[in-house]
Amino acid sequence: MRASSYTRPLVTSPDPGFLKRTWAMIVKEFVQMRRDRMTFATMIFIPVLQLTLFGFAINTDPKELPTAVLLRDDGPLTRAVLTAMRNSDYFKFTRHVRSPAELDAMLRSGEALFAVEVPASFERDIRRGDRPSLLVIADATDPVATGTAISALQGLTDSALRRELRGPDDKVAARPPPFDVVLQQRYNPERETRFNIVPGLLGIVLTMTMMMFTALAVTREIERGTMESLLAMPIKPVEIMIGKIAPFVLVGFVQMSIIIAAAYFVFGVPIMGSLGLLITLTTLFAAANLAVGYTFSTIAQNQLQAVQLTFFFFLPNILLSGFMFPFKGMPQWAQWIGEVLPLTHFLRIVRGIMLKGNGFADMELDVLALVIFLAAAMGLALLRFRRTLD
Amino acid sequence: MKEIAIDVTGLTKSFGARTVVHDLSMQVPKGEIFGFLGPNGSGKTTTIRLLCGLLTPDSGEGTCLGYDIRRDQESIKRHVGYMTQRFSLYTDLSIRENLEFVARVYGLSDPRAAARGAIDRLGLSGRAEQLAGELSGGWKQRLALGACILPNPQLLLLDEPTAGVDPKARREFWDEIHGLAADGITVLVSTHYMDEAERCHELGYIAYGDLLARGTAQEIIDQSGLSTWIVTGENLHALAQRLRTEPGVDMVAPFGTELHVAGRDHAALDRTVAAAEQEDPSHHWMRGEPSLEDVFILMMDRAQDNFS
Repeated sequence: MRASSYTRPLVTSPDPGFLKRTWAMIVKEFVQMRRDRMTFATMIFIPVLQLTLFGFAINTDPKELPTAVLLRDDGPLTRAVLTAMRNSDYFKFTRHVRSPAELDAMLRSGEALFAVEVPASFERDIRRGDRPSLLVIADATDPVATGTAISALQGLTDSALRRELRGPDDKVAARPPPFDVVLQQRYNPERETRFNIVPGLLGIVLTMTMMMFTALAVTREIERGTMESLLAMPIKPVEIMIGKIAPFVLVGFVQMSIIIAAAYFVFGVPIMGSLGLLITLTTLFAAANLAVGYTFSTIAQNQLQAVQLTFFFFLPNILLSGFMFPFKGMPQWAQWIGEVLPLTHFLRIVRGIMLKGNGFADMELDVLALVIFLAAAMGLALLRFRRTLD
Repeated sequence: MKEIAIDVTGLTKSFGARTVVHDLSMQVPKGEIFGFLGPNGSGKTTTIRLLCGLLTPDSGEGTCLGYDIRRDQESIKRHVGYMTQRFSLYTDLSIRENLEFVARVYGLSDPRAAARGAIDRLGLSGRAEQLAGELSGGWKQRLALGACILPNPQLLLLDEPTAGVDPKARREFWDEIHGLAADGITVLVSTHYMDEAERCHELGYIAYGDLLARGTAQEIIDQSGLSTWIVTGENLHALAQRLRTEPGVDMVAPFGTELHVAGRDHAALDRTVAAAEQEDPSHHWMRGEPSLEDVFILMMDRAQDNFS
């Protein structure tokens, strides 16, 4: 006998249709969005951060650039020239130095972007009509940072002494210009933008990848449930941290090798300083970023949050470190923020070694900053790392 | 006198305002299999974590293997094997790699040999290079136990080790547990399965943070003072609904084609049964033995009453 067919259930409600089902999905998404506070913060924080950084901090026409002065002569005409430079708003005289060596040191360390050397008997030569040369040295590692200031300099020679040379010296003024500006573009005489960008890229790539690797390190163990087993084993937090960071130092080393080789062979960026020092300090920088990522990993609740934190950190790094926009062109508050980012110090180090031929002594403070950063991030990570599930 | 492997008194642990373990005291002798039972969210996992040093108690004290659970957490971790409820080996490592990792962390002298030995013991020789994440539930659980006992722990804490595992694999698992206990290893195992509970030397029943009963399965049944009737016949569902509110009835539960009716007040229960038999003679009533499950469900209901 054939089994009787199943009595289908009566349709109790009509098909809800496209709109109702879609609406159900929308409501669910909103509820989940509200629960995820980190994503919620991202929605508000990212636009505010972008507006602040792009609106207030970034300046592609940097003014008040730090300038060192070496006076071999002094008098009303010298003062007038310097005043005219200052009045152009592009130069800010930060220090009077006594020797060319001191001048060089300030340019190497990045303390000054410009150096002005007033030659001996500058005053007398002008009055005689001998057209003496005023030496201006620009740190051309970042052509964008010094470009507009250099253009402004050209107009100064004519106008600077117009008032001072009236009367007895009028005939000198009439024969323009009364002095020459000899401009020396140091470190990057061809003003190649890529000489500045490619070494900077080393810092950007290492920041982005290194942080991302370790930012997931702890959250992944927590999300997959393996952390509970790990914590129940006789292994200490510092052992877990070093064990997780060390392999990526090697990865950083490989990335560094690729970028430095490409910089040198493909882009023709010179390596003026010691390759050994460059490798050592880049490794230090990679380790500092790994430690920062690991710290994020101990703060974030899950992998998504870890990635979001990395992104938060990456944004000011790229904008305020002097990679994309001239560091000295930013307002003071933005420079202070920039000083606490490891990338800022690394950019000075990498550009210093590759383009300026800097040695360790020229960059002590930047190296110290990286060491402090590494120690602080590791310390914070160990404090944050929970030995127990309490 | 027998050595005591777990000896804790007055353990209390709260998360926020919620007390998860409340004034818990227990002793487990060396070499015993102690079954830990209780409803979901009753504090079993928290208790196990307190014992193995993953959580610090708010108050109370005690020792595991003679080590203080507050001060000697490092030593406890070295000698206690903890198998988590959720599979917590690395799914993207092979069986061999997982075992070698464990062996290295515990500082075994020859991690490769130790892992190889464990793989042979587990019967996984052909699959050593397979990723742990690709194993079936039963094999995952065997591997997890293998990793747990690799460093030769003296105490095993197993948190619902057999959840979602088929009956044959469960039976083999329990044979292994008994073998380990015979070697002098103490085992504390939490479970929801009654057949597993009956395989333990001793049981503890915990609900809402309180240890409500302990003893052998038979002792717990005897202590409950429960008497049980078994009913067969038609329309048992309607009968069950009716009986729930009758005097003397503490618990009514269907078991296949049978209905178990149990209560602590024997006289009242017998009167209710007599009346029901009279009312509908189509049902067949007979006295039964209360099962461990009957006792636990009753305890759970009562604990819930106290809780709410």
